[in-house]
Amino acid sequence: MTHQTAIRFLLNGEEKTLTDVKATQTLLDYLRIEQRLTGTKEGCAEGDCGACTVLVGRLYNGALRYETVNACIRFLASLNGCHIVTIEHLSGPNGRLHPVQEAMVEHHGSQCGFCTPGFVMSLYALWMEKPQPTETEVETALQGNLCRCTGYEPIIKAALAVNEYGTPAHDYLNAERENLLAQLGALQPEGRIETGPADDRAILPHTTEDLAQVLADNPKATIVAGSTDVGLWVTKFMRPISPVVFVNHLEDLKAIETTEDALSIGAGVTYSECEAAISAAFPHLEEYWNRIAGWQVRNMGTIGGNIANGSPIGDTPPVLISLGAEVTLQSTKGRRTLPLEAFFIDYGKQDRAPEEFVASIRIPLPSEGQIDAAYKVSKRRDEDISAVAAGFSVVVENGKITSVNLAFGGMAATPKRAAKAEAALVGNRWCSEAFEHAADAIAEDFTPLSDWRASADYRARVAGNLLRRFYLEHDNSQGSDADMPVRLAV
Amino acid sequence: MKHHTVTKGFTHQNQKHDSAVKQVTGRAEYTDDIAEPAGTLHAYLGVSDVAHAKLNGIDLSKVRDADGVVAVLTADDIPGANDISPTGRNDEPVFPTEKIEFHGQPLFAVIAETRDAARRAAELAEVDCDVLPHAIDPVSARDAGMPLITEPLKLERGDIDKGFATAQNRIKGQVTVGGQDHMYLEGHIAFAVPGEDEDVVVHCSTQHPSEAQHMVAHVLGVPSNAVVVNVRRMGGGFGGKESQMNLFCAVAAIGAKKLGRPVKIRPDRDQDMTATGKRHDFVIDYDIGFDNDGRIEAVSGEFAARCGYSSDLSGPVTDRALFHADNAYFYPHVRLTSRPQKTNTVSNTAFRGFGGPQGVIAAERMIEEIAFALDKDPLDVRKANFYGDGTDGRNLTPYHQSVDDNIIGRVVEELEESSDYRARREGIRAFNAKGGILRRGIALTPVKFGISFTATHYNQAGALIHVYNDGSIHLNHGGTEMGQGLNTKVAQVVAEAFQVDFNRIKITKTTTEKVPNTSATAASSGSDLNGMAALNAAEQIKARLVSFAAESRGVSEDAVSFGPTGISIGTDVVPFDKLVKEAYMARVHLSATGFYKTPDIHWDRAAGKGRPFYYYAYGAACSEVTIDTLTGEYRVERADILHDVGRSLNPALDKGQVEGAFIQGMGWLTTEELWWDDEGRLRTHAPSTYKIPLASDRPREFNVKLADWSENREMTIKRSKAVGEPPFMLGISVFEALSMAVASVADYRICPRLEAPATPERVLLAVERLKAGA
Repeated sequence: MTHQTAIRFLLNGEEKTLTDVKATQTLLDYLRIEQRLTGTKEGCAEGDCGACTVLVGRLYNGALRYETVNACIRFLASLNGCHIVTIEHLSGPNGRLHPVQEAMVEHHGSQCGFCTPGFVMSLYALWMEKPQPTETEVETALQGNLCRCTGYEPIIKAALAVNEYGTPAHDYLNAERENLLAQLGALQPEGRIETGPADDRAILPHTTEDLAQVLADNPKATIVAGSTDVGLWVTKFMRPISPVVFVNHLEDLKAIETTEDALSIGAGVTYSECEAAISAAFPHLEEYWNRIAGWQVRNMGTIGGNIANGSPIGDTPPVLISLGAEVTLQSTKGRRTLPLEAFFIDYGKQDRAPEEFVASIRIPLPSEGQIDAAYKVSKRRDEDISAVAAGFSVVVENGKITSVNLAFGGMAATPKRAAKAEAALVGNRWCSEAFEHAADAIAEDFTPLSDWRASADYRARVAGNLLRRFYLEHDNSQGSDADMPVRLAV
Repeated sequence: MKHHTVTKGFTHQNQKHDSAVKQVTGRAEYTDDIAEPAGTLHAYLGVSDVAHAKLNGIDLSKVRDADGVVAVLTADDIPGANDISPTGRNDEPVFPTEKIEFHGQPLFAVIAETRDAARRAAELAEVDCDVLPHAIDPVSARDAGMPLITEPLKLERGDIDKGFATAQNRIKGQVTVGGQDHMYLEGHIAFAVPGEDEDVVVHCSTQHPSEAQHMVAHVLGVPSNAVVVNVRRMGGGFGGKESQMNLFCAVAAIGAKKLGRPVKIRPDRDQDMTATGKRHDFVIDYDIGFDNDGRIEAVSGEFAARCGYSSDLSGPVTDRALFHADNAYFYPHVRLTSRPQKTNTVSNTAFRGFGGPQGVIAAERMIEEIAFALDKDPLDVRKANFYGDGTDGRNLTPYHQSVDDNIIGRVVEELEESSDYRARREGIRAFNAKGGILRRGIALTPVKFGISFTATHYNQAGALIHVYNDGSIHLNHGGTEMGQGLNTKVAQVVAEAFQVDFNRIKITKTTTEKVPNTSATAASSGSDLNGMAALNAAEQIKARLVSFAAESRGVSEDAVSFGPTGISIGTDVVPFDKLVKEAYMARVHLSATGFYKTPDIHWDRAAGKGRPFYYYAYGAACSEVTIDTLTGEYRVERADILHDVGRSLNPALDKGQVEGAFIQGMGWLTTEELWWDDEGRLRTHAPSTYKIPLASDRPREFNVKLADWSENREMTIKRSKAVGEPPFMLGISVFEALSMAVASVADYRICPRLEAPATPERVLLAVERLKAGA
């Protein structure tokens, strides 16, 4: 069978067609080395500093959506049919500064300047979405951008003032939206794309059925969605990953459906894409969702990737397990569904056959009397990997705990439920004694590790204390005291 | 649409950073952005995977055979000295030949057609070595009998034994203070282009081009005049590029000269963080005697530092810790000693504050101890111990320099009032008394920081100014630009001297070709030294122009003056360009080199006496935090800062330095944790594992003010003061506020003795320790 072998995209104002694109070719190296667009910087090559932030525009539900991404861990071959916008494209043809740039200059927002292009791109994306953001929205947009010089104060002030220097209506990407949409439409592939040398091959299946076929033919392939983890396998560990099957472009992995009893999310849906649906169905996850990585990574990373990856410290598995989520896997042989907690077998081992892929996740909506909570404890509040993450789901009927699901990340080799703590609660009355027993039982449930994120002792104490917090936050017996909050304000 | 205001850009004005427009558009050029000549090769370091071993040999055959590899450099390829020790102690080889002394130590370099090929090949070496026991922290290294890496310092004044004997109270304790990675956004990089004969040009990211030049000459075995080092700008330095670039410059230059092709070396972030030095961690043992009013009678302290395997700058860093172990407090009887401890870790180096912050931490811990022991507000203890005004016999430092410019009292009082410290403290104590899960803490801490290099000969600078015959001005000086706005400030000085528009002055890269024998842009000294040197150069040219103008118009020199519309000559006003053109036609010399050396400073290290500092900069910060006693997580609710920069050359840039330093100091003491595993391997070596503050970690309310009434009493450039380092220590107020919040769980009866960095884990464990009554 012959397939398209070229990757086609828009780079700033120019259409590019590249053949023989290596699967592991990063967008950043392409920009800096091959295109000499050196405004985009490498600060860490692991998606944690934001110096390489660029915008990627893509078709999504028929519209054109621009998002910040980390060029350092984004693979070029995954950008077929997209519009890549770099810092060089912001000031107009006459060289006049863009409003975001002007605000940054006027507010002394740059010192050494190395992080600055990345900040400008993040603020640009924010301004297009929210021309008059709140301070909290600015901070959220900048979760993935590190600055070591300014202490951020002038950058925040600049961000809040951008609209004084110009409005998004006149911005190039808005003014040209129809044209760009048409141009990108013409770049969408007719079928599967295969490109790159034999030892570094990239495959972009056309549909999920095609994906199943590709995996049946290439069971050793590496499936890459957002590349927020696999990107590091390449940039940090130089691990060979060929052949690579990119799935981030597959529209049919991007469905979000709410039925009467569940929310279903396609495996290819990014954190950003499902943020609204998640928050609507599970209000307790709204704050938690914003603490998953930084904005760029949430724009790239997918819920399917976070699960399939099998990490014991992924942010979504504990909270999804506690909600009783199920995962559906697919291959040419069909589909099968299993409870998410059963998917994680052991460290580095999941219940997924080589030719299978994660297709979707189904999260039951809360039932009557169900109390849910999600907690993440990390060294730094934002853009950090959790020391301990927890999802709690408890059903209370007539003052009695009838059902309990306590799932933890960071406590074992897999995301795991606390069976003994659950047993200490279920069947008991809702009272502090029951939760004290449950908190004590955590020590029997888990033997966590000590590492650079936290000691075993700290993890164990915190896990127990999170149960105490859960009780305090949801206990109405004492009457609520607004002056005595039990959790730090956001 | 806002309009830019037209400014002359003189001093004491908010002139924007000269590179701001280039930075926001991505057009500011950093070393890795320089267009590479055809044939450019890329180097990468091969490193050790053990912390301590006898090195028998390295099998590099697979490395040499790897795709794209052009050459491998080992110690045998070094034509000159295999030594890049910045202080001439010969204890830091480019590549070791006999022993491996830390995990991640560079052992060789691969040079290949691409960086990727070099990186992959570097993994293929087989190192033959006999592993030896290692010790990575100053206490276990001392216990293992490892030597000091350089001579310790002792500062002593008064009679310590008598002081302790007569003191009403005495407390001994220990505080552990973690190190800090610089985490400049632009990592190390060097790009060497070979020239004819022995020549080589090195573009790099360094705070110390002259040292890089001398080191490259040293390893190549050529005179310094064969080597040119260029630095247009750095993507951050913070001290991490004061000596640590030597390795990269040396490797690039050796490769370039050996192969006759340009060679660039840029480690990835992980290698940058593992193979280059950081802020020194300290373990400080203190012993204080004090009276019942909280006045300190006697202090003795031993400051043990994790210096790493070589001396690098550890001598002056540990010295500076002692110089600042008094912070703003008078110690009647004092003895301070340093223990610059050798360890099997990367050699630690300069970092903003240069040991000073660790000294200040010790002083503030002692204040805390006294406050808890006597049940006093720590601020009252602080005030009771401030240096005096020179009339009360309480202004002599442990190094026998008298504090003659003391303004800490006024700074602290103004901040105490503007931050509403007392009332907020009462409110917080009342809140905490309710016994909730969340606890709050507030602290107001001062800083006094000595300005000058303690290596006295470093306190010199040069500049070069050309006025071209079209009236445009070319400015060069020995300082380097790393974001602090040095070039902007120096250009403001020159613009003011000539009374010309800021934009008339072309700021150019720092290069050893234009100004020789420069000092590092460090110790906060950049504008003090280079501003004066540039002014000196400008004044020379001005004098020639004045003389020419007077002669040509037949007026006295007194009748000539520079003004914003031009040069007044008698009753005429002649535009600057026109006068310059005339002067050129009359063969007036329109170029000058300027020079400056800081007056009145001297230091006798052996005696521990002298005047190492030209003056002091002062400041204070008041921070409020909330901690969560279930997890140890916290948030900074508010910070108020009043900081002294003398008469600011540029208030906007200075404020940026103060804000940035505060956040960086806060990061050092909160979330930034260096963590080594049992193998001696640093496991927090990239931003995924090493957490510097984010925008959302800023204080929820942040009020920053410069003490606009302050003026340097010394004749510094326009009476300004240095600003780079002093405000870093304002971050200590956050650490102290955390401590106060923790203390509330035991009703403020116990000094929490919080260790730094106060990660959520350390906060929680301190809370639980205090709850248990320990």
